[in-house]
Amino acid sequence: MVITVKFFRFLLSRLAVYISVIVIGVTIVFFVPRALPSDPVEAMLARLLAQSDYMEPEAVAAIRGTLTETFGLEGSLASQYFGFFKRVLLTHDFGPSFSQYPIPVMELIGRALPWTMGLMMATIALSWVIGNAIGLLAGFRKEKWYSKALESLSIVFYPIPYYIVALFLIIAFAHLIPIFPLATSVRGRGLSFDHIKSILFNSFLPGLSMVVVGTGWWVISMKTLAGNMSEEDSVNFARLKGLSEHRIMMGYVMPASLLPQITSLALRIGGLFGGALVTEILFSYPGLGMLVYSGIAQNDYNLIMGAISISIVAVATATFIVDLLYPFVDPRIRYT
Amino acid sequence: MFFRHWNIRLRVGAAVTLLFLVLGFAVSSFCPIPDVMAWGSFPKSRPPGGGHILGTTALGQDIFWLAVMSLRNSLLLGLLTAFLSTALGVAVGLFSGLRGGAADRVATLFTDSLIAVPNLPILILLGSILKGRIPIPALALVLTLFSWPWPARATRSMTLSIRESDFISTARFSGEGTLKIIAKEIFPFVSDWSVASFTNAILSAIQTESGLAIIGMSSNTMPTLGTMIYWANDRSAILSEQWFWIGAPVVLVTLLFIALFMTLSGYQAYATMRRGK
Repeated sequence: MVITVKFFRFLLSRLAVYISVIVIGVTIVFFVPRALPSDPVEAMLARLLAQSDYMEPEAVAAIRGTLTETFGLEGSLASQYFGFFKRVLLTHDFGPSFSQYPIPVMELIGRALPWTMGLMMATIALSWVIGNAIGLLAGFRKEKWYSKALESLSIVFYPIPYYIVALFLIIAFAHLIPIFPLATSVRGRGLSFDHIKSILFNSFLPGLSMVVVGTGWWVISMKTLAGNMSEEDSVNFARLKGLSEHRIMMGYVMPASLLPQITSLALRIGGLFGGALVTEILFSYPGLGMLVYSGIAQNDYNLIMGAISISIVAVATATFIVDLLYPFVDPRIRYT
Repeated sequence: MFFRHWNIRLRVGAAVTLLFLVLGFAVSSFCPIPDVMAWGSFPKSRPPGGGHILGTTALGQDIFWLAVMSLRNSLLLGLLTAFLSTALGVAVGLFSGLRGGAADRVATLFTDSLIAVPNLPILILLGSILKGRIPIPALALVLTLFSWPWPARATRSMTLSIRESDFISTARFSGEGTLKIIAKEIFPFVSDWSVASFTNAILSAIQTESGLAIIGMSSNTMPTLGTMIYWANDRSAILSEQWFWIGAPVVLVTLLFIALFMTLSGYQAYATMRRGK
């Protein structure tokens, strides 16, 4: 790919947004515990001690130390602030987990991250492809009965939130007709067939609930885009040239309508991630959402702060990567 | 009648939404129970009938009135958030679009970034620290923080395109006053958009709060549709097959979202048709 001024400018603007997303997100996470009237460290410590029967004094001291560090309460505000950024972006050291002492928080996050990433990547890719294919067809052949039926269907499905679909699926396929497990339990290890089968089996219902809901939006927006595109002069010209309807759809309408859908994907990753967190919790799926949830249940604040900071960086990075796909699809940014 | 030209989507959506508003704000004022959340007010796990239209929960609450009050609070939260975020968003968008230059670039960078920041993890962090003690107005403020960038973005691009468009120049050159241009040419666009944006903001606020509530991170002591699902789930209403307890909030949430979205998309189609007339 030839790097042009236009491409360079595009790259710079996306990079600016990427950096600014991380700065804003991490800054909010840094200040939220500070907005409280009481000292978060002592409050957490009291809650933690009330919960467990007995704790070694050294363990208490160690926890106080890492809590103070986790919330970044050492030194001046400025040094606390930069220290927090350093931990989130460079050292990834959030101290040990309280609930699974002394395993480092980062190790727990490292175990959970692939589950969330796998679930999200698979469901986003599936719903994006399925939704845009349906939307393209529905928008290109606006007057057909099936295109109207598909649109009505997606208008009904799109606004239903993940957790409602998840509850429906749990009631239907884990309770009334018990095909799938109520909670995730994975058997086997490594790259064995059993293990992979078990992962797919356990991921099916959470994945399905995300695909069912996620697809609707792409159908609705793609239908509008493809519908407008079908009335463009270039498409009329292609028709007059005698190109087949199929070639017009694939060669003219689709490329132009897919561009805004990539931008739209980048904008929606944050929201989709939130949906994945809730879905994971409802299905006890061992990803980041479940990790944060168990951390909350056990007042494991090192874990909560660590998992939330890392997830903000991960979402920002994913958004940035999707943004970077844009110039590969849009020739206007590559050339001239 | 003025809704003669409304399409079917808009009619159904608006009718159901109106029904929900009546249920949430009018019917709820007849609630005979002082505290619908209080445990053990009634015999536990009763089927519908005997003074309880939808029966009672395993915690001894009346399901019908609990659902009505939950709907009221969810709607209140949605309306408050939608109002605040639309006002703030339009102000920033207008400023950014009319001012242009460096101020516009900074404001755009800020709104774009805030859209990309995942809000749920941050809300979960807040909820975990406050442990279910957030009053509705405070919750609305927090949700506004994450929802104003969408109207801001839309207002900015609308301001830019309207400012440059031909019909504005035509109107100006044919001697129309600025106020008349705003009222006759710009307002129709903006008002159509603001109905859609406002509805969307209500929808996303209620959706975010219920998502948060279902995992127990909103206000557990205040009835909202999400909180009701949380308690039903927490006390295994599915396993014990108490369908009215889990079903009432699930059906209400689902119908409310579908109705709001039908209103939204039906109104957009209606507005396009009216402009094209």
